[in-house]
Amino acid sequence: MTVPSEAALLSLLDLSCMRGGRLLFRHITLSLCAGEAAALHGPNGVGKSSLLRVCAGLLPPFAGAVERSGTVALADDRLALDMDTALLPALAFWAQLDGTPRVAVEGAIEAMALSKLIDLPVRMLSTGQRKRAAIARVIASRAPIWLLDEPTNGLDQSSLTLLANAVTDHLAKGGCVLAASHQALPFAVSETIALAPLAVDDACAS
Amino acid sequence: MRVLILLARRDLVQGWRSAGLWLPVAFLLLVASLYPFAVGPDAALLSRTGGGMLWIAALLAALLPVDRLIAPDREAGILDQIAVRGIGEEMVVLARLAAHWLGFGPPLMLAVLPAAALLRLDGAQVAMLEAGLLIGTPALAALGLLVATLTAGLRSSGALAGLLALPLAVPILIFGAGTLGDGSGAALKLLGASSLLLVAITPFAGGAAIRAGRDQGGF
Repeated sequence: MTVPSEAALLSLLDLSCMRGGRLLFRHITLSLCAGEAAALHGPNGVGKSSLLRVCAGLLPPFAGAVERSGTVALADDRLALDMDTALLPALAFWAQLDGTPRVAVEGAIEAMALSKLIDLPVRMLSTGQRKRAAIARVIASRAPIWLLDEPTNGLDQSSLTLLANAVTDHLAKGGCVLAASHQALPFAVSETIALAPLAVDDACAS
Repeated sequence: MRVLILLARRDLVQGWRSAGLWLPVAFLLLVASLYPFAVGPDAALLSRTGGGMLWIAALLAALLPVDRLIAPDREAGILDQIAVRGIGEEMVVLARLAAHWLGFGPPLMLAVLPAAALLRLDGAQVAMLEAGLLIGTPALAALGLLVATLTAGLRSSGALAGLLALPLAVPILIFGAGTLGDGSGAALKLLGASSLLLVAITPFAGGAAIRAGRDQGGF
């Protein structure tokens, strides 16, 4: 087990997660400092999303601990934008809750190439556009810790480049990223966690 | 405080969009116009029983928006996004209670005026009814919200919400309808007490229910 350094933004200490009476993963240890990105790989149902939710504080860990220094931004598979609201005010609502200025929202919209869509109601957006909107919310939050769940889903080639640029920019500003994906990520990561399904007797033994 | 206002403002806009504001009003007016058909056009009977009938209508109207209060935001991930920002569930429920009452109480009180005319209630009765509703609608709003947090994410939550809420609403109904025939004001005070109690516990109980429901999510 590595000892997390003082400067770590996000540390997972010997983390295990139990969902519905089933042990999903155990003994996950990770430490992300400023400028570091980690990828979380593994087949469907292995607990990638659960791990991100534990990191975000939405689920209690079954064992181990999560330490965060700084705010967290999460982009999971649910858009969490009001469907009948236009894109700009929908994103601005979250930025207001985060207390970030208007320019942060505008910058994020530009970074995700959504400028032409800001007046459209969110329900009119396509899958890829919705994913970009979710990433734009993460950017606009200015949170140092980004938790991205399948950030590449539904994105075309040019959107993947936008995502890579946004992540690179975020890391350069001293943030960190933990991204779960079953595909290759379009940005460089310093660490990779491969989750594998636990064997039945393994899961019972713990 | 800033967060509270932001959340409440969004909830109010969402309530307006989902037509949740007009449904209780329309329901109350419908009941008031159907009641004379059922019991006959006897003015004395209508004015004697009409006030209590309107209290029942107000109570049932409070259950109409229950399935829209919490469940859609829970499913859309909005409650989770608020939690990620470190905002407590109690704050979410408190803001929603304020917004829900604003969209429910005053419109209902306005709707009572034409409804009272249909039922031939006299001025003193209308005044007592309005005073009772002013004190009682926060309790009805709180009860609806509390039941919404408890049933969010369950199947056939609408029917369950009714079963959960109606027994809890009995004191409000007794004291609320009691104000109409009671000159001493004691029923009004008891109504106020039960209203305060419900409004005070709803943010905590509702917040706990949202937190407990999060663990059960299908992730």
